Amino acid sequence: MNVAAGWRVARLVGVHDETATARTLVLDVPGWPGHLGGQHVDLQLTAEDGYQAQRSYSLAAPAKGDRIELTVQRVPDGEVSPYLTEVLTIGDPIEVRGPVGGWFVWRPADPAPVLLLAGGAGIVPLMAMVRARRAEASRTPFRLIYSLRTPGDLYYGEELRRPGPGDAGADATLLYTRTAPPGSPRPSRRLSTEDVERYGWPPDFEPTCYVCGPTGFVEAAADMLTKLGHDPRRVRTERFGPSGG
Amino acid sequence: MDDRHQDRHQDRHQDRHQDGNALAGPLAEIFSVDVTAALGRCAACGLNGPLASLRVYGQAPGPLVGRCPGCEAVVLRLVRGPEDAWLDLSGTRCLRVPLGG
Repeated sequence: MNVAAGWRVARLVGVHDETATARTLVLDVPGWPGHLGGQHVDLQLTAEDGYQAQRSYSLAAPAKGDRIELTVQRVPDGEVSPYLTEVLTIGDPIEVRGPVGGWFVWRPADPAPVLLLAGGAGIVPLMAMVRARRAEASRTPFRLIYSLRTPGDLYYGEELRRPGPGDAGADATLLYTRTAPPGSPRPSRRLSTEDVERYGWPPDFEPTCYVCGPTGFVEAAADMLTKLGHDPRRVRTERFGPSGG
Repeated sequence: MDDRHQDRHQDRHQDRHQDGNALAGPLAEIFSVDVTAALGRCAACGLNGPLASLRVYGQAPGPLVGRCPGCEAVVLRLVRGPEDAWLDLSGTRCLRVPLGG
């Protein structure tokens, strides 16, 4: 059996609230083999009656030894995410399978510029790529466009607002769809083709494009990229949230 | 019915499908390479694309159905039993699996 295919028992060792409804979980997974930015894990919960539920969550950062981070958005009335964000306590065990996924990943050896388009909670695997770039001291040019509703929905705000020296060459643009912070030059509105043109890379730079967010966002953003002339073969997508939390 | 049943109904109502990236874990039980990055050709319409782009209905560990994002035909079915996994690829004309190197 594939090493990544088995279930391991992890333990919650830290939590950090990103927003009122999203929490980063730090898990200790003995024997963790490391992973690429964009990969995910499956988590499994087993009820006392034997009923099992599984969900996929993107890894939010490179591993530190056996420690991995996931950011979980609480879905109201969801089956798994309320447990993970409200009930799971430091020291509690949870079953983890992974790392898995070989499509929606960034490999540091790939020299192509990178364009990241995030819608809401879709920032998680894209932030993992930005953090992997920093951890690898990579100089690959990155541009991140992060579309979110309001300033209160911002994940990883501290890091995105004040990029460190390791982030030189990785630009982040925050675009608000409902309420922009006071003084924003751009009124709040949905992501447009003009935004992607202005804050992304031109197609002749031949960037690899990673798009992650809710289905509607992913389809709209992938269409914009194609319309601007990006080769669809260089556009990789991941739909977020449809697992119903 | 208990709350859990209600929750599951809500989940289905909110979100019709996930994408093929979610097949990576369940398929890693069967294959030693990541198959979500493999290019598959839909037997119904001929669309070629990574399994990661399929529309996946169902939730592991229950049955999973992968539909073509172009024509909605069933491309893949995966059922995990206690002892065996059943993978039906009759909707896939061929798979091209990147092996690296």
